[in-house]
Amino acid sequence: MTTVTTQAGPGRAPDPERTAAVRALLRGADARRRRTDKTMTALMWGAFVLAMVPLASVAWTVVANGMHQFDGYFLTHSMRGVFGGMDAGGIYHAIIGTLLITLGAAAISVPIGLLTAIYLVEYGRGALARWVTFFVDVMTGIPSIVAGLFAYALFAVFFGPGVRMGVVGSVALSVLMIPVVVRSCEEMLRLVPNELREAAYALGVPKWLTVIKVVLRTSVAGITTGVMLSVARVIGETAPLLITVGVVDSINFNLFEGRMMTLPVYVYRQYSQGLVPCNDALDAVCIPSINYDRAWAAALALILIVMLLNLVGRLVTRWFAPKTLR
Amino acid sequence: MERRVKLSRFSRAGSTVVIGALALTLAACGSDDPVGDAGGDSGTESSTDAATDLSGELSGAGASSQESAMEAWRAGFQSTNPDVTVNYDPVGSGGGRTQFLAGGTGWAGSDAALDDEELTKSQEVCGPDGAIDLPVYVSPIAIIYNLPDLPEVNLAPETLAGIFNGDITTWDADEIAADNPDADLPSTAITPVHRSDESGTTENFTDYLAATAGDAWGHEASGDWPTQGGESAQGTSGVVQTVQAGEGTIGYADASKAGELGTASIKVGEEWVAYSPEAAAEVVDASPRVEGRGEHDIAVELDRKTVESGAYPLVLVSYAIACSNYEDEATGELVKAFLTYISSDEGQQASASAAGSAPISEDLRTDVHAAIEAITVGAAG
Amino acid sequence: MTSTASTAPDPTPPGGPVADEPRPSRGTGARRRAGVGDRGANRAFRWTATGAGALILAVLAAVALFLVIRAWPALTAGGAELGETISWFPEDASILSFVGPLIFGTLLAAALALLLATPVAIGIALFISHYAPRRLASGLGYVVDLLAAIPSVVYGLWGSLVLPPVVIPVWGWLADTFGWFPLFAGPASPTGRVLLTVGLVLAVMILPIITAVSREVFLQTPGLHEEAALALGATRWEMIRTAVLPFGRSGVISAAMLGLGRALGETMAVLMILSPGLLYSFKILQAGQQQTIAANIAANFPEANPMGVSTLIATGLALFVITLLVNMAARAIVARRKDFSGAN
Repeated sequence: MTTVTTQAGPGRAPDPERTAAVRALLRGADARRRRTDKTMTALMWGAFVLAMVPLASVAWTVVANGMHQFDGYFLTHSMRGVFGGMDAGGIYHAIIGTLLITLGAAAISVPIGLLTAIYLVEYGRGALARWVTFFVDVMTGIPSIVAGLFAYALFAVFFGPGVRMGVVGSVALSVLMIPVVVRSCEEMLRLVPNELREAAYALGVPKWLTVIKVVLRTSVAGITTGVMLSVARVIGETAPLLITVGVVDSINFNLFEGRMMTLPVYVYRQYSQGLVPCNDALDAVCIPSINYDRAWAAALALILIVMLLNLVGRLVTRWFAPKTLR
Repeated sequence: MERRVKLSRFSRAGSTVVIGALALTLAACGSDDPVGDAGGDSGTESSTDAATDLSGELSGAGASSQESAMEAWRAGFQSTNPDVTVNYDPVGSGGGRTQFLAGGTGWAGSDAALDDEELTKSQEVCGPDGAIDLPVYVSPIAIIYNLPDLPEVNLAPETLAGIFNGDITTWDADEIAADNPDADLPSTAITPVHRSDESGTTENFTDYLAATAGDAWGHEASGDWPTQGGESAQGTSGVVQTVQAGEGTIGYADASKAGELGTASIKVGEEWVAYSPEAAAEVVDASPRVEGRGEHDIAVELDRKTVESGAYPLVLVSYAIACSNYEDEATGELVKAFLTYISSDEGQQASASAAGSAPISEDLRTDVHAAIEAITVGAAG
Repeated sequence: MTSTASTAPDPTPPGGPVADEPRPSRGTGARRRAGVGDRGANRAFRWTATGAGALILAVLAAVALFLVIRAWPALTAGGAELGETISWFPEDASILSFVGPLIFGTLLAAALALLLATPVAIGIALFISHYAPRRLASGLGYVVDLLAAIPSVVYGLWGSLVLPPVVIPVWGWLADTFGWFPLFAGPASPTGRVLLTVGLVLAVMILPIITAVSREVFLQTPGLHEEAALALGATRWEMIRTAVLPFGRSGVISAAMLGLGRALGETMAVLMILSPGLLYSFKILQAGQQQTIAANIAANFPEANPMGVSTLIATGLALFVITLLVNMAARAIVARRKDFSGAN
């Protein structure tokens, strides 16, 4: 992406003709070296193709298995009152839960993350800044389940054990999200040319206004992208939500009371419910594999949301990136 | 500079519009009634006509084994009583009993009846008569195996113990051959699969082995698999999946989830019995009640060694635990109505259909209903 | 997206972040302004920003603190008491002997994933940086990044429903052919729910991060080095071996450690695939041998009683410490490399 200095094209030697001649000489003389080179080229291609196999396989299975259950009804209905193998129920409650909890996480992480980035870029000097930079990096590596345990432990101290509500999940996700937001915002703020700041100072604009009106405004597209990518990073998290938010089959709009369903947990839950018996069903329709079908369809929905966030995030940069930085 | 500011303004305005539109769409088109019969036309044709004036919210917690059944029960009960919301939190049997004894829930679902200590403790929330155990969910546990060449197999308790202990390692071992003199057994290796999480299913399975296989088993009953190593999986469906995935695998699972897999017949007395809901209900009837309990407490001491013809002793009995007296009138009425529904013929059929449980017998139902009738509501006299 | 232009204030590559030396021009600027009058809104804003920075440290400290608080009952209770109150706690074990096999399993799974992923990731990174047509390179990079966009629960679904039928015969063959090697001791599980399958899925999951970081490092190889190698008559591979790889070695190591950190904490894929067991066992083709900390927490947490929760949090604390160490080591390596490469 970055920092390929112009003269670094590896295939282009300073004087192509002579090098080509020398190279041809060397190649002709030593077949073994050429074979090694060819083998390694094949291996590199092979590695890339190898990595595409799981990607294609996952994408194909999710789409193939998820398609037939994935429709408007599925997206707009909850699971309340759905049981057994009945051909009903959807992921509306899970989508709502996922959106609200992720929104809550973003509401916590974006201010903190952005301010930290501003601190690091505009003010940060000395020991504190070094520590913050270092630990932001370290924080990127916190396992998601540990973030979940932390949120649980935090709320258990204040609300007693067994507390399950959406905002606990938001806190858990924000622990995972903050470092990502800091990183991407910091990168974007650093791209803002110093001349802009100096011009603002020269006009007598105080520093805080310069940061808000000039620096942030210039980098708003990049920051938006960064935030969207960090949301995409946490929206698929399962483990922390599994232990902090619980499961429920109805719609819950309240982050601060009661359990909420989320898409990843929904996938896991449908998966773990397994096959349905379907013996002399009361219902006219009974599909033994309905739980797996729902799991795949919800997985498809989840992947689509993540992809959409990624795509929009990248497009925002492409369309709105300040032209001077190109 | 000017161009940039414009652009960013546009992007902000744009995103506000997008988010607003998204929120509107989402809020407008969601439905919490996927089945489409909140009015209740599916469940009204039979019984429970007096219950429709109930309203309020009832919360229970407990065994996850009852969860599938509970979904059906809640749906059925809520469709006849549209103003009632019933919640069930599958926190596990132990957690359910703890929450119930702390007064946090109206009733508890549990794979084990309250022990004496818990009974004493229950007087704190339930008044002097304490709590009662009602068997409402009986589920046969099937021995499932994956061996396409062998549609049927008989396994004596000792053989089962040998297999799950790892002493018997191939399907054509002498012990299995002795149980199946006529079968053409393959030499495939046996892979036993057990539950990796703690569960009532494991507890009942190990209890069965401990009671019937004697020295061949050599472990006590426990909710956790007693030995380390070996193939295992999370939850009933995990076990079923794992058994399905391999060849020569064998496991135990709630019979309802057995699906297409082969199920073994077990030895009861001198005959071979395949699992069936009737055979499972039979053993519950044939088993004695636990002594020294309140008049209406129906804790069953399962007789694993029964020789009753046609009984299938490898079952899981799960209880609804309720107070014998509810100080809070509304809760009491709701609990009584709900428990009456789930133990009724209709309720039991609903769970049989949704969860594959064995409906309790007519005799047992009479007792359970009498016990529910005896629950008093209002301040204890 | 954007190549670093000459006006960009800082040549720090996004992939190799570390504490930056303050830029003198801005430093003096700020100081001068402070001299003029750093008060009112200016000061408030500065303190808010600094506070946010400090908050990050506070959050990290809070994570450790609250985990310790909640884990304390289990840490102080004896093994006997734990065994009595928690049904899944093994008899005759202490908290240490309980968490030991879990740590072992976690490390083994992550190591396997790393072993499988690193060579492939280096291959892909080199492919994108030095082999693929220039115009395609960034697009191919995105494609690899897509692997990271797939949620772990979907990998779990895939790894438990789709993968086993494919790998079972391969694992069986491995056990038959290389059974003498302790790792591959047979008989291979007929269900495929073994640590090697988990390692494979984890490898796929950490592939993008290792690739991304390695790619960045390879792209930074000084052009002069590469050209010098080519000028001496080196083939492309020899150029990579003599110029790119030595330059990128520490970067690759830190990339691998970042991947290791990711693999250590992965929960859902392990939970949904592995047949767990609490043994110190290297048999990665047999079922019921190992379990990882994260998957163990997720499996037991929903139905755990208070003491059980406390024990699980104690194991989570162990995981936290391990990942913290791994990540700090990775960052330290990056930082050191930065110091050296500054000379270029």
